[in-house]
Amino acid sequence: MIGELDARIPEGPLADKWDNHRFHEKLVAPANRRRFDVIVVGTGLAGAAAAATLGELGYRVKVFTFHDSPRRAHSIAAQGGINAAKNYKNDGDSIDRLFYDTIKGGDYRSREANVYRLAQISVEIIDQCVAQGVPFAREYGGLLDTRSFGGAQVSRTFYARGQTGQQLLLGAYQALERQVHLGTVEMHPRVELLDVVLKDGRAAGIVTRDLVTGEMRSHSAHAVVLATGGYGNAFYLSTNAKNSNVTAIWRAHRRGALMANPCFTQIHPTCIPASDDFQSKLTLMSESLRNDGRIWVPKQMDDPRSPDQIPESERDYFLERRYPAFGNLVPRDVASRAAKREVDSGRGVGPLKNGVYLDFSDAAGRLGHDSIEERYGNLFQMYDRITGEDPYTVPMRIYPAVHYTMGGLWVDYNLMSNVPGLYVLGEANFSDHGANRLGASALMQGLADGYFVLPNTITDYLAGLLGDPPVPTSDPAFAAVESEVDERVRALLAVNGSRTVDWFHRELGKVLWDNCGMERSADSLKKALGEIPPLRAEFHADVRVLGENETFNQSLEKAGRVADFLEFSELMCLDALHREESCGGHFRVEHQTEEGEALRDDDNFSYVAAWEFTGVDEKPALHKELLDFEAVELAQRSYK
Amino acid sequence: MKVHLRVWRQDGPNDGGRFEDHDVDDVSPDMSFLELFDVLNERLIADGTEPIAFDHDCREGICGSCAMMINGRAHGPEKGTATCQLHMRKFNDGDSITVEPWRAAAFPVIRDLVVDRGALDRIIEAGGYITAPTGSAPDANLILVPKEAADGSMDAAACIGCGACVAACPNSAAQLFTAAKVSHLGLLPQGQPERYQRVAAMVDTMEELFGSCTNHGECEAACPKEISIDFIALLNRDYIKAQFKNRKLSGQRA
Repeated sequence: MIGELDARIPEGPLADKWDNHRFHEKLVAPANRRRFDVIVVGTGLAGAAAAATLGELGYRVKVFTFHDSPRRAHSIAAQGGINAAKNYKNDGDSIDRLFYDTIKGGDYRSREANVYRLAQISVEIIDQCVAQGVPFAREYGGLLDTRSFGGAQVSRTFYARGQTGQQLLLGAYQALERQVHLGTVEMHPRVELLDVVLKDGRAAGIVTRDLVTGEMRSHSAHAVVLATGGYGNAFYLSTNAKNSNVTAIWRAHRRGALMANPCFTQIHPTCIPASDDFQSKLTLMSESLRNDGRIWVPKQMDDPRSPDQIPESERDYFLERRYPAFGNLVPRDVASRAAKREVDSGRGVGPLKNGVYLDFSDAAGRLGHDSIEERYGNLFQMYDRITGEDPYTVPMRIYPAVHYTMGGLWVDYNLMSNVPGLYVLGEANFSDHGANRLGASALMQGLADGYFVLPNTITDYLAGLLGDPPVPTSDPAFAAVESEVDERVRALLAVNGSRTVDWFHRELGKVLWDNCGMERSADSLKKALGEIPPLRAEFHADVRVLGENETFNQSLEKAGRVADFLEFSELMCLDALHREESCGGHFRVEHQTEEGEALRDDDNFSYVAAWEFTGVDEKPALHKELLDFEAVELAQRSYK
Repeated sequence: MKVHLRVWRQDGPNDGGRFEDHDVDDVSPDMSFLELFDVLNERLIADGTEPIAFDHDCREGICGSCAMMINGRAHGPEKGTATCQLHMRKFNDGDSITVEPWRAAAFPVIRDLVVDRGALDRIIEAGGYITAPTGSAPDANLILVPKEAADGSMDAAACIGCGACVAACPNSAAQLFTAAKVSHLGLLPQGQPERYQRVAAMVDTMEELFGSCTNHGECEAACPKEISIDFIALLNRDYIKAQFKNRKLSGQRA
């Protein structure tokens, strides 16, 4: 039974909380650190940064990734940049402003203390990454260059061409490999977490499957850190990498960790529209393109003309028209819904009429072809590869797609879930982005959590365990979970039904996109809640997974992940149904202003919805963490 | 479009392996090469045959997971393009396409088209980093980096670690991969203190695991990120310098 949720927010003024907290926490002395084992699952920005830093500090770290190399985690695909309140551009930025922009961008559904800490740490992240050799873009004088991004009126985004995520991840990966070399970190590639083990209510370890040999194995530690990313692939089509999944956090949830705000999903406005049924994923075009690209649709419905034949007067630059102050740089949720409205009204462009134009002709005229190439060359090339069209001469076609999930496991200020010893970092937790994440803030949060927050907060828990060995893997608690995992895997192989795993995944994706996507209503959500359980039952009765457990079996890997998506999705829809307001990425059609903007209900929903698992097909229990706003005054978001 | 696929199948590391033939009749030119495999695999499962294993993840050409030898060319016919970004419009109706895994002694086959590229991580472990423990960094703008240096470093850092350079090399050498990392770090001011230990440690590990470079240049032609072979020249120069510098150091120690 879970009592009152205590986020353990430190005392004192907002600006002093992080310092106060670090002073009051228990520490682990350098010589004692090697007596503690920590498991880190996932090697994206948060996981790699945490594992490398814990290794540097002297802990014994075991790292797990289902990829063949830690460098392949999906953080690698982040394009645009990373925010930091450096105010190098002298344009009015400050920690307070980054804090305020993030709270406002998140539509007032995030925890003030966490967000303030994030803004404070943002400054240190850039220092750290530069020292590691991340080749950020530079001015001619050798100083760092920055650019602007959606939801902000300052230039605070640091970038490395269109490959910022790649370069930041390589920095963390290299720091991690250095620790592997030094022997503080033990690396387990191609090993997937299949369950979390608790002993007396505390995290004791994990059960994994070796993806090459099928071997099930238990690993124990004093603390378990999940940095396993978001659940956007529940929708099947998303900008996430194909293998990104919900399994780690869902399995932890089933063992008692609370899932917070799962309905807060982000639809990114600038993705390449789907072209056909065989589409396996959607590709993002960085938000940074909105700095120089102008978004428009033809004013005429079903306009058959090619874009260069449509005169200026017959184009509708709908974002600039509706939001003159922010123009093409409004936050992602606002831009996405505006594009959807244009396409739904019959003014969509492209062969399937499922996109809007993102046009660089003005910018090319103003800045020249070379500047555009320098800023966006790799993105333009990627677009050309996928569509066969050259964006230097033809406007890009874009449409929103599922991109990021703000919800995740509930964590306190220390990033610990309600299960003692179980920490959750990066996109896998719910903490910093409220109901909508601003561009270039995911990289900031992942690295803040991994490099700076966790290594400073985990001591408070570990210090209490000094002298206690970790629970041995011979403990019955591990044996029980191992046999459950084994049974689950055997059951998937035993069905031998008629439909493939991907078929079920696509069906689930359609249900979610149609009913719990960019817009939701009570009716659509009830429809989804009616369709998901039968689909799940059909999956377990009719899925076909060929081959064996004891070999490299990609169908089996996918089957386990889709089984978990089928359980998780129901909770996502239930959360969306319960939240009778619109905020950020969660847009309930019943709750909108006369102008069609999201209408919050602060009196009734200014809380984090943290759900407790009570059984599949059982109604989960709702726990509320009320959000107190001291520094920020709640207001209707306006980007006009 | 119709295509005829000849695909390498291998049940495990100890299996001899064989080619298997498949016709796919309803190929759209807008399909990516991996989506062609998705479609084929769905069909194989329906027929009760185990699907073809292949590595893939981001499908945006950046994670470096995908790795197919297509008609004898790493990542296929389109220049500067990873397999996941290759689209069927680059092929002709009726084409016969042979698909194999990366072939190199350092990359043992795990199954079908999936190989173990862990040897590339060993090279990075040996020294492909700048020692900068978390928390110890000075303000970012205290380190001035000339734009040319940052740009050159970024050109090298764009490497996605896919291993195409190794697969394309007649000697299965990893020079381009190693040179890219050595140059990424060695061109930056932050990378100077460890520059010569780094190159020596990385090259020595590379030589243990991979073949040796004899300047064929196949790596540059195969690289999906078009990383220049010039970086190998930089690697060689730094490696030779390192030999002198290290000798001097050992002389001082004696």
